[in-house]
Amino acid sequence: MTKLSTFLGAAASVALMAGAALAEGPAVIFDLGGKFDKSFNESAYNGAQRWAEETGQSYAEFELTAEAQREQAIRRFAEQGYSPIIMVGFMSATPLSQIAPEYPETKFVIVDAVVDAPNVRSVVFNEHEGSYLVGMLAAMASESGTVGFIGGMDIPLIRKFACGYAQGVKAVNPDATIIANFTGTTPAAWNDPARGSELTLAQIGQGADVVYAAAGGTGVGVLQTAADNDILSIGVDSNQNYLHPGEVLTSMVKRVDNAVYEAMAAGADVETGVVVMGVANDGVGYALDEHNASLITEEMKAAVDAAAAQIASGELVVHDYMTDETCPALTF
Amino acid sequence: MDWTTILLLLDSTLRTASPLLLACLAGLFSERAGIFDIGLEGKMLVSAFLAAGFAYATGSAWLGLLVGIAGALLLSAVHGLASITFRGNQLISGVAINFLAAGLTVVIAERWFRQGGRTPQLDSGSRFTEITLPLAETIRPVPVLGPIYAQVVSGHTILVYAALLAVPLSWWVLFRTRFGLRLRAVGENPAAVDTAGVSVARLRYAAVAIAGLLCGIAGAQLSTAEPAAGFVRDMTAGRGYIALAALIFAKWRPWAALWACLLFGFFQALEARPDIFVRLFDLRVPSALLSALPYVLTVIILAGFVGRAIPPRAGGQPYVKER
Repeated sequence: MTKLSTFLGAAASVALMAGAALAEGPAVIFDLGGKFDKSFNESAYNGAQRWAEETGQSYAEFELTAEAQREQAIRRFAEQGYSPIIMVGFMSATPLSQIAPEYPETKFVIVDAVVDAPNVRSVVFNEHEGSYLVGMLAAMASESGTVGFIGGMDIPLIRKFACGYAQGVKAVNPDATIIANFTGTTPAAWNDPARGSELTLAQIGQGADVVYAAAGGTGVGVLQTAADNDILSIGVDSNQNYLHPGEVLTSMVKRVDNAVYEAMAAGADVETGVVVMGVANDGVGYALDEHNASLITEEMKAAVDAAAAQIASGELVVHDYMTDETCPALTF
Repeated sequence: MDWTTILLLLDSTLRTASPLLLACLAGLFSERAGIFDIGLEGKMLVSAFLAAGFAYATGSAWLGLLVGIAGALLLSAVHGLASITFRGNQLISGVAINFLAAGLTVVIAERWFRQGGRTPQLDSGSRFTEITLPLAETIRPVPVLGPIYAQVVSGHTILVYAALLAVPLSWWVLFRTRFGLRLRAVGENPAAVDTAGVSVARLRYAAVAIAGLLCGIAGAQLSTAEPAAGFVRDMTAGRGYIALAALIFAKWRPWAALWACLLFGFFQALEARPDIFVRLFDLRVPSALLSALPYVLTVIILAGFVGRAIPPRAGGQPYVKER
């Protein structure tokens, strides 16, 4: 009997909360991988924390642990009255495109995908521009004239990274050789560090002395093997320079934290539509900190910053693989 | 194709093949005793996580290996309990183990290390390092054999050599000992073994335990033997299933398992070098084609084009003693 009444009480309070629908403020849904993934999600988490610390307000959050929770999580936050509801990761695009029209009063923010609805803010990144910059650095740091790229799953988005990178390399050294490998064609390719190591060793065997990994968990193996063999590597998404200080040349950073922070700061009045975060608005860039300061010379920095300024002003256009599925600097 | 490239390819082949080989032999012992084991993948994954986690915590790769093996043995015991004692469906039990392993490793890793379901990266003191075999440098100048010995055979971690040694050992145990004879008999005709007064259940548990041991070593190799340095979620990435394909390809025989795994490893090594095809044949081979080859070959074997692959006769059937 006591157990039953406790249960009923709990159920009643849940019903009350749901019925009240008075929840205010933003909510964040972290993608599979979790908010401490040292990469994409953690960057979103940092942005949310920055907002919470600066404003003293709080936000609701949910970490997806299974694909099936995606739709449920979005719907529940919408039901409870949170706005804006921020989700990171392109996988949420499909459920969001169904749910968004059902809650026209609620604002949604999706990072890394475009959802065409009047109450959705879609934030996408110009990864090719950031990759171009780290490609320049790779070409300048390379002594052999051969640099590598290791992608995760072979999808257009990752080819976009590879293509931007190759253009950056060729801009500095037109004779450079670029070796591009993909880990696989299934989602397992994102989490196969052993394969990443093998691919890195194969590229080292072909003379590569800088390797750029855009491969999620697989990249851990790439960076590790590069460090073990005393060649340079380039991290991705968040700043991974600290993983192997002095051996990671730089990281191509996507400022997911800025995207989340800006959406939270704007609150329920957040502007909807497509927002492109590129070099021009500090959405992508290369990481420079105490861990790689010794690797980036003044000339390298000057050259890259000049190119970044040109990209920002529109003077230099980096080709985006996803627009026409071709790449001028690299054949896949 | 130049000589260095060939050496690099073979070196990579050996490294890639050895976890496959260990898992394949694990499946061999289990299936020869009549217990199908889809759960190779899960056992490797749990071992990979525990090995990396404990190697990090204790600073010793050997302790990590022991705990990894213990974890794989525990899952083996679960599989044995479900499929031998309770006569459950072996495939379902195996699939359940894979799901359990995929979930548990990430949840526990997150709880212990707070790095999104990873273990921290291991430094070289707490992982198995590559060892140079004796005389490697002395023999190197000898033409052909010298570089092969120095670069392909030498310079692997101890676990790679353990995998290679496991092949003759498995052959000897299965085909030259009384235990091996009984184990094979239990997979073909358990009733006969039972009639001879030997416990079917005990033999099958022994086979499943050997499978756990081998999977444990395979998992530890994936996460703690150079070039690896830590655990990442789902890092076995289907190797357990490739090992099963290799097992069918090898028609449940230890030496053939070695060649099958080396072949599959060679395909994977080749997949990392699309430039070879371009240079040799001026041909761009999609890497997906190469990664599909092991499965294509397995299907061909299964379809009976290249001899027939006949599994142990009592495989997959729980043994019920007649009354």
